Amino acid sequence: MKHSVKMTINGQTQSHEVEPRLLLVHYIRETVGLTGTHVGCDTSQCGACTILINGQAVKSCTVFAVQADGAKITTIEGLAKNGDLHPIQQGFWEKHGLQCGFCTPGMILAAYQMLERYPKPSEEQIRHQLDGNLCRCTGYHNIVKAIQWASEHMAGAK
Amino acid sequence: MYPAAFEYHAPASVADALKLLGKLDDAKILAGGHSLIPMMKLRLAQPKHLIDLRKVAGLTGIKEDKGMIAIGAMTTHWEVESSKVLKSKCPVVSETAAMIGDPAVRNKGTIGGSLAHGDPAADMPATVIALGAEFVCQGKKKRTVKVDDWFKGIMETALGEDELLVEIRVPALAKGTGAAYLKFPHPASRFAVVGVAAVVTLDKEGKCTKAGVGVTGAGTHAVRAKGVEAALSGKKLDAAAIEAAAAKAADGVDVQADLQGSEEYKAHLCRVFAKRAIEAAVKRAHA
Repeated sequence: MKHSVKMTINGQTQSHEVEPRLLLVHYIRETVGLTGTHVGCDTSQCGACTILINGQAVKSCTVFAVQADGAKITTIEGLAKNGDLHPIQQGFWEKHGLQCGFCTPGMILAAYQMLERYPKPSEEQIRHQLDGNLCRCTGYHNIVKAIQWASEHMAGAK
Repeated sequence: MYPAAFEYHAPASVADALKLLGKLDDAKILAGGHSLIPMMKLRLAQPKHLIDLRKVAGLTGIKEDKGMIAIGAMTTHWEVESSKVLKSKCPVVSETAAMIGDPAVRNKGTIGGSLAHGDPAADMPATVIALGAEFVCQGKKKRTVKVDDWFKGIMETALGEDELLVEIRVPALAKGTGAAYLKFPHPASRFAVVGVAAVVTLDKEGKCTKAGVGVTGAGTHAVRAKGVEAALSGKKLDAAAIEAAAAKAADGVDVQADLQGSEEYKAHLCRVFAKRAIEAAVKRAHA
């Protein structure tokens, strides 16, 4: 039996009829059409599908769309405002925090939560908090630098 | 990966959840879903019905209650990790939660879901065994199960088919008590290849008056290392005494060889991590 779900994604209300077994990541990508959220390992290890559900970074390949009924969701498409990149996105640009870019949406949303919890993270803290996000290109060094850049610039903006 | 089709239910109370559990054939409870959904995607689990507890009020939160700390079953690992009450009264529980999976997994996974699931390589089982936790289950009646009666086998616990785990109770650490959980994590999944939790209470002379040691990862389910506990009790815990006690860490564990290591290797890890966990607990008890 299909269920109707209604949620806010990047400030826009979405409502659809879905099968209970539809994963949230497929709902976001295929039903809503926001393909910035990626499916990497599909086993909740790589973090490419990380999004924010009610402000919490979550792996959307391990959540059913029906569980997100009523939730407020942010995906990578919701971070830039009026064409201006979010400081974390800008940090990835400035510090070359990506090569192929596949892991980047998940990295940026994991970083978003990290900087909310630890606005001035140490390098060790950044690496530890990225435990659940895998990158196969950069060796992580420039991702760490990008998050440090964002941390400095977000502190300046407040 | 698509799980097999199922019917979805989201009751608003424990009573309604129990009614559904009694009425529906082949139903599973859905908490954070971070153990169950991966199994469903691999079709290792194909329940006909999922009963989601996300709308059920009163199952989250951490509060102190008569020397015990009561943790709602739907409290997430992150909430356990960052809890001020636990950090001050029983920090080993927060520290153990902080070692589960990764930050995003901890935002969704719950302590009750994990302990009801009973994965043999989960972290929290070792710590709740060492602490002597209690499990509050709600069925037709409410009952409390001691941790030593909880873990029965691979993904098998004392929780009845018609019951919900609603609360986990751990003791606030007494004066002179130190506790630590350490593990050898699987490099990809972060599950414990072997994990050991130790809780020791020392008197003024530094003699051990009480010891609790739990081992996870090595066998079909987490167990109490009774031999280690007996060897610690009543002793002054110097390096030699700790070494001698830790040597018994794999005794009575049904160590399982798997892709991660042979029986011998995992038994060795039990002894090594028991020694390290006891050393860390003793250091904290002295502090």
